Amino acid sequence: MATPVLDKADAAGQPEPGFADSPYITVTFRVRRFNPEVAAEATWEDFQLEIDPKERVLDGLHKIKWDVDGTLTFRRSCAHGICGSDAMRINGKNRLACKTLIKDINPEKPITIEPIKGLTVLKDLVVDMEPFFQAYRDVMPFLVVKETNEPTRERYQSPEDRERFDDTTKCILCAACTSSCPVFWNDGQYFGPAAIVNAHRFIFDSRDEAGEQRLEILNDRDGVWRCRTTFNCTDACPRGIEVTKAIQEVKRALITRRY
Amino acid sequence: MSTTETTASGVGPVEGAPVYTVDNPAPLIEAPRKRTKKSPKSTRGNFELAAWLFMRLSGIVLVVLVLGHLLIQLVLDGGVSKIGFAFVAGRWASPFWQVWDLLMLWLAMLHGANGLRTIINDYAERPNSRLWLKGLLYTATVFTILLGTLVIFTFDPNIR
Repeated sequence: MATPVLDKADAAGQPEPGFADSPYITVTFRVRRFNPEVAAEATWEDFQLEIDPKERVLDGLHKIKWDVDGTLTFRRSCAHGICGSDAMRINGKNRLACKTLIKDINPEKPITIEPIKGLTVLKDLVVDMEPFFQAYRDVMPFLVVKETNEPTRERYQSPEDRERFDDTTKCILCAACTSSCPVFWNDGQYFGPAAIVNAHRFIFDSRDEAGEQRLEILNDRDGVWRCRTTFNCTDACPRGIEVTKAIQEVKRALITRRY
Repeated sequence: MSTTETTASGVGPVEGAPVYTVDNPAPLIEAPRKRTKKSPKSTRGNFELAAWLFMRLSGIVLVVLVLGHLLIQLVLDGGVSKIGFAFVAGRWASPFWQVWDLLMLWLAMLHGANGLRTIINDYAERPNSRLWLKGLLYTATVFTILLGTLVIFTFDPNIR
């Protein structure tokens, strides 16, 4: 009597029915290259790769960087959709390269890979994230309490109160939403969806006491009122946060506070 | 393929000959979206909130006003062929229609002007083009509102 483990090992030796001998297909990666030390303009560069379509775009970029052209520059850290380093514009849509499978984005056509829009490109797929983080810092993304003494116990919160802002705690600050926002593309002064999402996370936190202050910051000319509800941010969010809804909730909080 | 020593500028042979060297450095790329002294100051006040709310409320009111206006002018009682000086004079004899048209004029002009202001803010990138476009917009808005209001209130049905 064979154990299940041995059965599995036997089966692994034979190709599954319906599959070719090699799982690899040829994919063209069309990467937006920019190197300010070589040329003032960005150009497209094509790379032909033999790759398993069940692999991710990030694996393709690794193949290029490690085996083909070591000068290709991009950010990635955890490579598992948590750190938010590798947001890029893949086939015209902001995604995380580490969460995008090649088979899901039509590998028969060249896969275009560009840096996210609205931020200054430093090299290849690396952009200057400073304006993005500046907007993030501006909304005070930390717990503020008025008490001056050290707390002597935990700050309790009911599950319902926690649920109120659960969606916006998922943000990984990858900038996929902010760099998909056409209002942010214009002059970059708009706070952007990500900053508003992170303000939302504290505005609706029952333990926080600076909600009023954050609402005042977002009541600014470049605050929530510049949102045009185009839903680009919601579509782009790799964490599935309902970004536009969060922005609308901040707007509603501002209005009900006033009137 | 270049065999010269190019590692100093960090450019490999894959990318071709380097344009810039240590002695001839690449121009510094100024981050265009950096918050500097020139970037707009943050505003305290509820103008944007009020403008946003006004757009929603005036929009609802305008649906009634404009559809009613179109119905009366173009559909009911003979349609567009009945419109003439006498028809307008007859309607403006009643304060109700005067107020209707006045409200429609003001709301439509302010609603449209605010919408265009938003579009200018979103699409005009340079502060100067913003200034001029908005100046033109505000001038046209004020002129149209004042002229329209003047006509509604000083309309003389016996004019020759």
